[in-house]
Amino acid sequence: MSASNVKTKHSLIVTTPSDLEIVLTRVFDAPRRLVFEAMSKPEHIMRWWGPRGTTFSACEMDFRPGGAWRFVTNACGAEVVFKGVYMEIVPPERLVSTECFDDPSVGSPEWTSTVTFEEHDGQTTLTSRVLHKSIENRNGHLGSGMEKGAGETFDRLSELLERMA
Amino acid sequence: MTSDHLSTTFAALADPTRRAILARLASGEASVTELSEPFEMSMPAISKHLKVLEHAGLIARGRDAQWRPCRLEAGRLKEVAAWVEDYRRFWEQSFDRLDDYLRELKEKEKKHVRKQRKD
Repeated sequence: MSASNVKTKHSLIVTTPSDLEIVLTRVFDAPRRLVFEAMSKPEHIMRWWGPRGTTFSACEMDFRPGGAWRFVTNACGAEVVFKGVYMEIVPPERLVSTECFDDPSVGSPEWTSTVTFEEHDGQTTLTSRVLHKSIENRNGHLGSGMEKGAGETFDRLSELLERMA
Repeated sequence: MTSDHLSTTFAALADPTRRAILARLASGEASVTELSEPFEMSMPAISKHLKVLEHAGLIARGRDAQWRPCRLEAGRLKEVAAWVEDYRRFWEQSFDRLDDYLRELKEKEKKHVRKQRKD
């Protein structure tokens, strides 16, 4: 019996180490060569990118530094366009791109995403660091509140929303 | 909501005093005097915080020049909460699906290696 038959679900960790960043960390039971591969071609991306039920009406990837990417997805009946430009591609270690999405409810916040892949004992730790670059963020307006953790902010938010319901 | 709006809202929420003000307003509208009571802060300081909240669309103020009660504007808060929740759900589900897909890729590789050995 091989180890690949054992199903382990790893949890997603979301942290906010600074005013401008959101960091996602997730472990995968696969070598980083494969995890990187799964992010490098449309045929792979369309199989897993997006919440369950996501379909693609376009998946364009000019996978080279300076190349543009554009995903037109449909989840729950709403079409959302995600797009950006690849900045740095170092297989199977590092992938940097700009990202933004068009959503009438939130506008088009743009950020830089740096994904790193670290392998240990056949498992890959993927770290995705999202760096925001809005004027408010740049000016440090987010202050220490976010540094302590957006977690706190959002816990308070959900409390508020419950009370308002 | 534009990206600037989203940033403005996050900035407004990033301050503990402002979050406390919002929490107070969740139980009903209040005057600036009432809002300043729990804090050891001058009225101008509280007014500054209220301006930030108002600019971010998180609160609205009455038109009466003498008594301008503040009240919570729930819409903007809900938009931000939904954005964060969607973000988490997006990646949680994507990575779960990636788990399954990687399993498939590994199986394919194994079969390929076996086939190569046979050849």
